[in-house]
Amino acid sequence: MSFLVLQSLTKRFGDTTVVDGLSLSVHKGEFVSLLGPSGCGKTTTLQMIAGFVEPSAGAISLNGRDLTKIKPAARGLGIVFQSYALFPHLTAAQNVAFGLEMRGIAKLQQVKRVDEALALVGLSGLSDRYPRRMSGGQQQRVALARALVIKPDVLLLDEPLSNLDAKLREEMQVELRQIQRAVGTTTILVTHDQGEAMALSDRIVVMNSGRVEQVARPTEIYRAPATAFVASFLGKTNWLPATIAAGTASIGASRWAADGMIDGATSASVRPERITFGDGEGLAGTIKARIFQGHHWLVQVATEAGRVLVIAPNDGRAIPDEGTAVRLTWRTEDMILSRPENAS
Amino acid sequence: MSAKETASGGRAPWLLAGPALLFFVGIVLVPIVMTGLLSFHDWGPYKGIETVITLKNWREIATDSYFFEIFLRTFRIALLVTVISVLIGAPEAYILNRMEKTWRSFFLVIVLGPLLISVVARTLGWALLFGSTGLINVTLVRLGIVASPIQFMFTETGVVIALVHVLAPLVVISVWASLQRLDPQIENAAISLGGSGFTVFRRIILPQVMPGVLSGAIVVFALAASAFATPAIIGGRRLKVASTLAYDEFLNTLNWPLGAAVAILLLVGLAAIIAGSNRFVERRYSEMFR
Repeated sequence: MSFLVLQSLTKRFGDTTVVDGLSLSVHKGEFVSLLGPSGCGKTTTLQMIAGFVEPSAGAISLNGRDLTKIKPAARGLGIVFQSYALFPHLTAAQNVAFGLEMRGIAKLQQVKRVDEALALVGLSGLSDRYPRRMSGGQQQRVALARALVIKPDVLLLDEPLSNLDAKLREEMQVELRQIQRAVGTTTILVTHDQGEAMALSDRIVVMNSGRVEQVARPTEIYRAPATAFVASFLGKTNWLPATIAAGTASIGASRWAADGMIDGATSASVRPERITFGDGEGLAGTIKARIFQGHHWLVQVATEAGRVLVIAPNDGRAIPDEGTAVRLTWRTEDMILSRPENAS
Repeated sequence: MSAKETASGGRAPWLLAGPALLFFVGIVLVPIVMTGLLSFHDWGPYKGIETVITLKNWREIATDSYFFEIFLRTFRIALLVTVISVLIGAPEAYILNRMEKTWRSFFLVIVLGPLLISVVARTLGWALLFGSTGLINVTLVRLGIVASPIQFMFTETGVVIALVHVLAPLVVISVWASLQRLDPQIENAAISLGGSGFTVFRRIILPQVMPGVLSGAIVVFALAASAFATPAIIGGRRLKVASTLAYDEFLNTLNWPLGAAVAILLLVGLAAIIAGSNRFVERRYSEMFR
């Protein structure tokens, strides 16, 4: 059922390998994000799919057809660029119509489809406006309409929201998700923003230095990061030194069940929002600082296992004062114990 | 300008601009006004210049078809040179812009080469190539492309070729400057939407660099219409343009007032054409850019 398949895709520029044997298969209608820090090879991967960069090795196939040797103009993909890349000398409607013109679609049909595409992105009234007279968000929508109007097999989004301010970005995320669901186009998003990736994607591909670290659904990738890199890149996490002996993990003086783990020194990762203040049991520590953030508190706790960050919801329960001795506790399933060789 | 600047610096701007202003008035404005006045003076082969005010020279230019023909030729050559320079220069700049860095700087020097050569050496070089036993004609005849040598010397064709050679680089520079400001992703966007190479250039790239093309064209037109050395050497005494005509009136016939009238007419005509096209460019493109 795989629609878009990347097979050990590799790109080298001189001596540096930018993308190293990336394999991925995407289902029809799926929304997949390539997530990673800058320089991880995610944009190069997107450009290889688009055809602007030729892979050094590996293959790309779309619906069983080998794309690798096909020119970018003939691939039939819709692309939204980071800078939007709108044609500044054409109006919004003319921008959207360009791809239809190139496909030799009849004028009447063109007008109808352009209207539909602009309506889809909520820009019906602005069809005669030039890009420079539009806001960033509006330009973004025109770029999206222009990419979608050609009914592409795959929609490629290259950091499409990174030039928008935070509030607009959130609005556009919701809208982008709705539009993608409505149209059902298979979509690949490149982003360095983990929030964006988690909000939009069916699956996330976390990349680091040209390699795939993990491919999984957002909830799963967040709950069970496969590597230390993924854990620290997606959200905040606490790394605690742990020692495992006979099915029990010791963190400081606290004891946790660790069935089936190999004995030895390792580290445990616990998400800060999964830690609660218990009494009597758990990891002992002292509150060092507490910062109010509106809908939650950030609490720094000095423990025998080092500094621990706790995110406590602002749900009416009192947060212990600075200097108070506390016990930190969490459910065993909220703690990921690395295998000793993976410990960071 | 803010209110503060005008209040505190009532005299300072004038003092600062003063030297340049004096310079401009002294070497540009005064000579032009004097030439303008000169064009209204009378002249005779035996009496020389008479400082009276008369419309005789202007009437002569307006009524004698000889002058009309020369001005028509001047602007025809300038227009042809402009069109050909744009047709060569704009694609040249585009290709240059897409080259790899090392090749680009190498070819840039070659493209700008004509501008680095002295006008006399360059034009005499063309005269050597153009002759009936020159390299171009010999090659064409040997290859059987033409039966007998083409007449380049003392023709408009020759003048146009030699002027395009030196003025096309100016279009390249001007178009290249606008190409540098383009977002390279725009071209990729057009390609991804299914545009072929030529369509993308014509429909997407060219309209965006049009202000650069037009400003380059205006410069080329002005320089071609007022060019002196090239038409003087390639065109010779037989094929006169406005600038060589003025020169001849001044230095051969010694009819300074008539020469002055020709020079002033060329200046006014050029200024009008340039101002007109500039207004057109600004009005046409202010909507889309900036």
